[in-house]
Amino acid sequence: MKKLFLILTSTLALSISLLGAKSALANEGGIHWDKAPNNTTDLASLQHGAKLFVNYCLNCHSAAYMRYNRLRDIGLTEQQIKDNLLFTTDKIGDTMKSNIDSKQAKAWFGANPPDLTVIARSRSSHSGSGADYIYTYLRTYYRDPAKATGWNNLAYPNVAMPNVLWELQGARHPEYEKMEEHGEEVEVFKGWRQDSPGLMTTEEFDQSIGDLVNYLQWMAEPAQNTRVRVGVWVVIFLLLFTFIAWRLNAAYWKDIR
Amino acid sequence: MAEFKQVSPDASNAEKLLNWVDNRFPLSKMYKEHLSEYYAPKNFNFFYFFGSLAILVLVIQITTGIFLVMHYKPDATVAFASVEYIMRDVPWGWLIRYMHSTGASAFFIVVYMHMFRGLIYGSYRKPRELVWIFGCAIFLCLMAEAFMGYLLPWGQMSYWGAQVIVNLFSAIPFVGPDLALLIRGDYVVGDATLNRFFSFHVIAVPLVLLGLVVAHIIALHEVGSNNPDGVEIKAQKGADGIPLDGIPFHPYYTVHDIMGVSVFLLVFTSIIFFAPELGGYFLEYNNFIPADPLKTPLHIAPVWYFTPFYSMLRATTDVMVNVLCIIAALSAAFVALKTALNSKGKLITVIGAAILIVLLKTFDAKFWGVVVMGGAVVLLFFLPWLDHSPVKSIRYRPTWHTWLYAVFVTFFMVLGYLGIQPPSEVGTLIAQLGTLYYFGFFLLMPWWTQLGEFKSVPERVTFVAH
Repeated sequence: MKKLFLILTSTLALSISLLGAKSALANEGGIHWDKAPNNTTDLASLQHGAKLFVNYCLNCHSAAYMRYNRLRDIGLTEQQIKDNLLFTTDKIGDTMKSNIDSKQAKAWFGANPPDLTVIARSRSSHSGSGADYIYTYLRTYYRDPAKATGWNNLAYPNVAMPNVLWELQGARHPEYEKMEEHGEEVEVFKGWRQDSPGLMTTEEFDQSIGDLVNYLQWMAEPAQNTRVRVGVWVVIFLLLFTFIAWRLNAAYWKDIR
Repeated sequence: MAEFKQVSPDASNAEKLLNWVDNRFPLSKMYKEHLSEYYAPKNFNFFYFFGSLAILVLVIQITTGIFLVMHYKPDATVAFASVEYIMRDVPWGWLIRYMHSTGASAFFIVVYMHMFRGLIYGSYRKPRELVWIFGCAIFLCLMAEAFMGYLLPWGQMSYWGAQVIVNLFSAIPFVGPDLALLIRGDYVVGDATLNRFFSFHVIAVPLVLLGLVVAHIIALHEVGSNNPDGVEIKAQKGADGIPLDGIPFHPYYTVHDIMGVSVFLLVFTSIIFFAPELGGYFLEYNNFIPADPLKTPLHIAPVWYFTPFYSMLRATTDVMVNVLCIIAALSAAFVALKTALNSKGKLITVIGAAILIVLLKTFDAKFWGVVVMGGAVVLLFFLPWLDHSPVKSIRYRPTWHTWLYAVFVTFFMVLGYLGIQPPSEVGTLIAQLGTLYYFGFFLLMPWWTQLGEFKSVPERVTFVAH
């Protein structure tokens, strides 16, 4: 039996390490995603993010599964939500629906703006979390006269969405460096060149996008912090119970020779 | 009819009640037969937890399923929204949903371990053939149940996964397209498909599944459990007629299984509460995008528990079909030239191989892929008659048998991994090797399981007191 275990585990370990090496090679293409400053327990950040979301995103995008009054979970009162975040004729118990007409949106942008309720979950991949992706995506817009909207994006090339946050960020363009790689000349992204200043400095802008992404991350699963909190107690209980079950088992089995 | 039993007038009310019931329903009799006087071998090891765990997961799935159905709406326009409604607006809905989604994967982990146990200890051998066959039928039902349940959240992966799998049926010659249409209820996966899958997922398949589980346990308790030594404990009975190596299931294995349940729940709840998506393997990221019939995802992969079989499907290319033709031809030549079969038998073998080769080349490789995928599961049903080893348990088989099993398990996992990845040339080649090994392992069993030096099987089980 021991031998079988040994053989099984060793072959398994070998195959996993071989496969791991292979998948590391396969993971290429697309720009590197920046790490989003994820902290869904930071209420101030979530509230700021919610404000940005309502002001900048909700005009075109819906969050059709998210109710306004759920924002109480991030420390807002119903009155605060009504006064600061409810611009439309919506009721506090309604879900966040944009007023954009889907036919018009399709005509203007060539694509319907996707619903953003669970966008942070859906964009996860093996390159990083969905939050990382959105954090990178919202910060890599650049001027591109060839595009109808005048904007293009590094994380999502030829995206239909214009740079709605450009007033805050200002206009930028990426700079490339020519480099030799395996005998071929390739262009490597080097950094950003600011063409015109925005209302925010780069640090302020990154901070704000961080808050917005944080909010999107929270909105994708409002129960996530409750989930972890309950989980800790469940695991503590089960550890205790496992100990009792183990001793109970031993107490019965001591008779078996 | 059994005689009407009387209890003394001084008996307690509980005793009187039990007697009343026992005179009308075999309650005490069943309790004795299946628990307090069901004698199980005392040398069960780690792998023997997974049977009771499978029942636990089944109960979890049914219970959480009942509550999910109270809020879920099987309608293509609102299905996705109703799942998000459960996740947000239904009190503790997220917990019920995560239990159900994690339970699906847990079910397959537990069942794969359970099947592996049966495989290495020869638990399918005489007289347990029916236990094994009922088990295989359960596995088949479970696959149907999981596949149809996966469509219900109506996300991109639900939709396109179903589209790909249902389209496989259209590869079947002559009846394929009509069959696919019958399954879908429409020309594409749509509302009709969602409704019928919902019906099958919540009523039809669970009903069959429960019946099979009962049959599985009745058959098991009729013949008694096997054990890691593959020794029949009923062969060595004491003066009281009780197997010397048997212990009553209750209380010994009930307390034992409670311990197993507790450890299992530790892992299970850790996933539910701390990583319900489990890195995109238990809940795929793409499935958080609502189904869109106009947007095909770049990469469609089934959930991890189907991928070993999906890999075999993808491995069946035109090249693979040619390889299968060569194998069929060589096997027929071997039988005709090297075996002592009579000439009639040899003629039948050669003609059979010729027909097989013609069929292989006549129909599309895609169809043979479906045959290979289905065959990989159907083959399991025949295992009791494929294994000709003189001993049951791997413990008393030649050491090189252990290696064959290790390579089998490794290939199965590698096939599973490759099924998740996008197709690649190297991947396809490895998957083809894995597929050939899988079928070779089972189909050549009548030959290789008899070879080698077998160790002597003890009369009694090996057991070290705890």
